[in-house]
Amino acid sequence: MPHDDEILVRAVDLRKSYGEYEAVRGVDFEIRRGEAFGFLGANGAGKSTTMRMIGCVSQPTGGELEVFGRDPHAQGAEIRARLGVVPQDNTLDGMLTVFENLVVYAGYFGIKKKDAKVRAAELLEFVQLSSRSKDQVSELSGGMQRRLAIARSLINDPELVILDEPTTGLDPQARHLVWERLFQLKQRGVSILLTTHYMDEAEQLCDRLVVMDEGRIIASGSPRELIDTHVTKEVVELRFGAAHTTELAELALTLNGIGAQIEALPDKILVYTDSADDTNAALEARAISPTSVLARRASLEDVFLRLTGRALVEDEA
Amino acid sequence: MSVIAYGAARASLKSSGALLNRNWVAMRRAWILVISGAVESLLFLFAFGFGVGALVGDITLPDGTTVPYTAYVAPAILANAAMMGVLAETSINVFAKFKWMKVYDGILATPLRPWDVALGEVWWALIRGGTYIGAFVVVMGLFGLLDSWWSLLAVPACVFVALAFAGIGLTLATLFRDWVDFDWMNAVVFAMFLFGGTFTPVEAYPAFAQPIVYIMPLYHGIELVRGLSLGQVGPMMLVHIAYLMALCVAGMWIAQKRLAKALYK
Repeated sequence: MPHDDEILVRAVDLRKSYGEYEAVRGVDFEIRRGEAFGFLGANGAGKSTTMRMIGCVSQPTGGELEVFGRDPHAQGAEIRARLGVVPQDNTLDGMLTVFENLVVYAGYFGIKKKDAKVRAAELLEFVQLSSRSKDQVSELSGGMQRRLAIARSLINDPELVILDEPTTGLDPQARHLVWERLFQLKQRGVSILLTTHYMDEAEQLCDRLVVMDEGRIIASGSPRELIDTHVTKEVVELRFGAAHTTELAELALTLNGIGAQIEALPDKILVYTDSADDTNAALEARAISPTSVLARRASLEDVFLRLTGRALVEDEA
Repeated sequence: MSVIAYGAARASLKSSGALLNRNWVAMRRAWILVISGAVESLLFLFAFGFGVGALVGDITLPDGTTVPYTAYVAPAILANAAMMGVLAETSINVFAKFKWMKVYDGILATPLRPWDVALGEVWWALIRGGTYIGAFVVVMGLFGLLDSWWSLLAVPACVFVALAFAGIGLTLATLFRDWVDFDWMNAVVFAMFLFGGTFTPVEAYPAFAQPIVYIMPLYHGIELVRGLSLGQVGPMMLVHIAYLMALCVAGMWIAQKRLAKALYK
């Protein structure tokens, strides 16, 4: 098959099983040069497994996968030479200092020590860690370690940077700093592939994304396209005091016919609608009085909830 | 065998050198550990060679020649030093990097392959073991324990011992689940040190015990180093070398397989 140089990653019916357990159940996608591509999904959706296969540290058990037009099984080392990887757990070298982490890592890519030192200093500047260059990794905060991992992933000037949940577990300031840096990379034309279970992250950073659930891709497109295709313009959130889940489900039935779709969550009912005003009027007409009503624009989170039909499991990976 | 040769050939010197560089950078703040290991072996030499040696005097070998006991024990302790230096580096340190510090997780996301890691760790262990061997041989020379020109060959002989135990240590590092397993290793190592022909010729053991000694890697290491330092060279040396090299290659092969299985999942 002739390879299109603009397609960095191509997967056709890609699968991965661990014994009986199917982590990835046949996914198709293409990642193009210069774009920021996201995998959105809950923990256990198969995102990290897919990232590991693209990063050539996990072998697919079915389907086809091409990275830079090459076969990850036969040409793994060549592919890895052109990738930058930020794994979920950073995998920084705890026996080395911040600066040494970068210079030693550069050595794995065959970069000369002199060039590595120049590059390491530049990258520490980029992730705002220059003042910590002599510190041990263990002395850094979670956000700093993640920034160092990002700097490390850029040491070989990669064509594609893979980030597995880049901001999970970081405090708000640290998240924003990571986002700024990723945005700058994007502006420089670096292709980015990231996984996240934060909808705002996907919305801000990704040009295109796929939503994964239980090892499958259940939707794909730009954030805007996904919202337009899968949900209405607006969402009205209704809360009914301390009503239980079962009571909410019953209440949801009384809302039949209001809005385009009704979704009963454990703590609230979502009404998808193209006009929040019409919905409010309809509620009043039926004499339904929630304890609180919040009307807002539909977001990627609504797409996710609607597609998976359940609340996102936000436990820490 | 061709698979092994192919894998090893693909592991370029450059790639394994990058790992060597990593270990050097990580260790250069901890040189005291390396020096303490060498000192330990020298203490053994003083204690057994001079303390016990003074009591025993000369020893008659199975072929009838008589040598001072110190000259008999010193090469065995040298082989033991080579084993210990390399085992510490490959087993405990590699285990810590593999299971505990997760150093290889980051490394295998780069162009380095499991073979490069295995080869790099073996190089490094040889360098560390080499410092022990070097210090030891110098001391042996100073005390007049090197009797013939053959004895200079004790140094390369120790390299074979180091290679064998580098392979064994690497495999153990990937097999061990917990620190507790190292107690077993230390027990076996100590048994080899006591009964692998360090202090008495194997022929002095009861017949049933002798085959067990012949299996011990350290026995072959001791025989090789001792034979060369006493100037008793024979065709059996090739058997010792072959046995030690087989352990090295098999150990590296198993280790890289297990690294790949654990990290490329």
